[in-house]
Amino acid sequence: MSALLSVRALSKSFGGFAALTEVSLEVAQGERFGLIGPNGSGKTTLINCVSGLLRNDGGSIHFEGREISSLPAYVRARRGIARSFQVPRPFQTMTVLENLLVPSAYVQHMKDVDGEAKAMEILSDMGLGTKAHATASQLSQVELRKLELARAMAARPRLLISDEAMAGLSGAEVDEVLAILFKLNESGITVIMIEHIMQAVMRFSQRVICLDAGRIICEGTPSSIVQNPDVQKAYLGA
Amino acid sequence: MRFWIGAAAALTVLTVVTATVQYEYFFFAGYTVLMFIALATAWNILGGYAGYVNFGTPAFFGLGAYTAAVLYKATAAPLALQMAAAAVMAAALGFGAGLLTLRLRGIFFAIATIAVTLIMETVFINWRYAGGATGLQLLRPAPIAPFESYIKMLFVVMGLTAIASVAIARYIERSWIGRGLRAIRDSEEAAEASGVPTLRLKLFACTISGALMGVAGAPMPMYLSFIEPASTFNLNYAIGALASPMIGGTAHWLGPVIGAALLASLQQLITVTVSNEVNVLIVGVMLVVFVVAAPDGILGLYRRLFGRK
Repeated sequence: MSALLSVRALSKSFGGFAALTEVSLEVAQGERFGLIGPNGSGKTTLINCVSGLLRNDGGSIHFEGREISSLPAYVRARRGIARSFQVPRPFQTMTVLENLLVPSAYVQHMKDVDGEAKAMEILSDMGLGTKAHATASQLSQVELRKLELARAMAARPRLLISDEAMAGLSGAEVDEVLAILFKLNESGITVIMIEHIMQAVMRFSQRVICLDAGRIICEGTPSSIVQNPDVQKAYLGA
Repeated sequence: MRFWIGAAAALTVLTVVTATVQYEYFFFAGYTVLMFIALATAWNILGGYAGYVNFGTPAFFGLGAYTAAVLYKATAAPLALQMAAAAVMAAALGFGAGLLTLRLRGIFFAIATIAVTLIMETVFINWRYAGGATGLQLLRPAPIAPFESYIKMLFVVMGLTAIASVAIARYIERSWIGRGLRAIRDSEEAAEASGVPTLRLKLFACTISGALMGVAGAPMPMYLSFIEPASTFNLNYAIGALASPMIGGTAHWLGPVIGAALLASLQQLITVTVSNEVNVLIVGVMLVVFVVAAPDGILGLYRRLFGRK
């Protein structure tokens, strides 16, 4: 397995606050990768740097062997990096279907006729088929999370970054979203999952990295991570 | 298809009216209404579709008017050439100002566009050749063949400009560009993450919008036989261009047309029957009423009352 995403010595500061310090990690093609850490540890900042919404101050990001850290976000999306947002950001005035047509037009360069067929396929896979013509503002919380993932999928990415797609969902709903992510991974998509719900990360990930205060404090299999004293300290305090 | 039948009908009405109505003031007032339809439609491309509220209408409108006036003074260029030059200059301003301001969001962008207007006004106040603060008197040439008066000709020219602006706005709205602009309005981050080149699209919208405003301003010096900075760069153009789509509805090309037709006609009526000051008040009152009672404008209200579309 070769590295699909390779982050080296990544740093990012906001004013005097170092949000990320020398973070390095590699994600292999087809891997299910978990990213955990307490609130404010830099998970979302890391994802924003990878997806291009923020520019890193130092270090490098390689995707499929090519340096991408100077590219604008939309170019990275076109190269195959898709993400969902922690707080859902649907295109509110559009229908669910139209939401998916944005990436299908701008990333896949598909005509609406072809895009619609593909989008309907994704929506029914995600269990949103019946909502295709509802406007995004009419959706429930769990449906919004699914829309985030569905819209990311409409770009047919090589790497999907799911930023807390399950926060605030019930147990059954978490299982539902988890099943979707497993299915996507089986179809060959590499998945980075950021999550607070430990049980979900542990079940999903093959490998987990834990961030604390902008640094990687440990890396390993899910079971080794929960045993790690540094992780326990970061989450529970000394 | 229905749109083009509508456009052809509008053109026919314009021609018939020009041939039959003898009352000159009708064309004088009609010109203003058509001009506001063109301005509101142009404004809506950036302000309505992309959600970037632009107070810079007078800058683009005024640059168009001054380009035409200066070109006329220097070379006695025909009106068509004046309008083409105005489009180019205003497009350049749209691109340049957009490059500097479109990274700003919300209120910061709005303030920056007011600054653009003030800068443009200052430039022309200090340009002696363009008349400076006192302005420039211009003698109208003779009207072209079928028209017996220059005002009637300008009326038809502005009618064509309005129809062309609406056609362009409608084309953008329905294309993939329109979908990208709507995505930007709803969430710029999500749009960018969905592959939308947000800055490029915003610049495109700002350039086209500016060019159309410039074209709408170009016949103004001939219309008044005069041009001076204070009234040309008047913020009332910004308010009118912004209020019309808000009142009509920003999501659909028909919104600014309905809004501007309603607002500008009402303003003309009040200017004549009451006073010029009251007509400014009317815009404010209507804007407040619509923002509170019908945030999606007349079109939104219509849809809410009568179901879909």
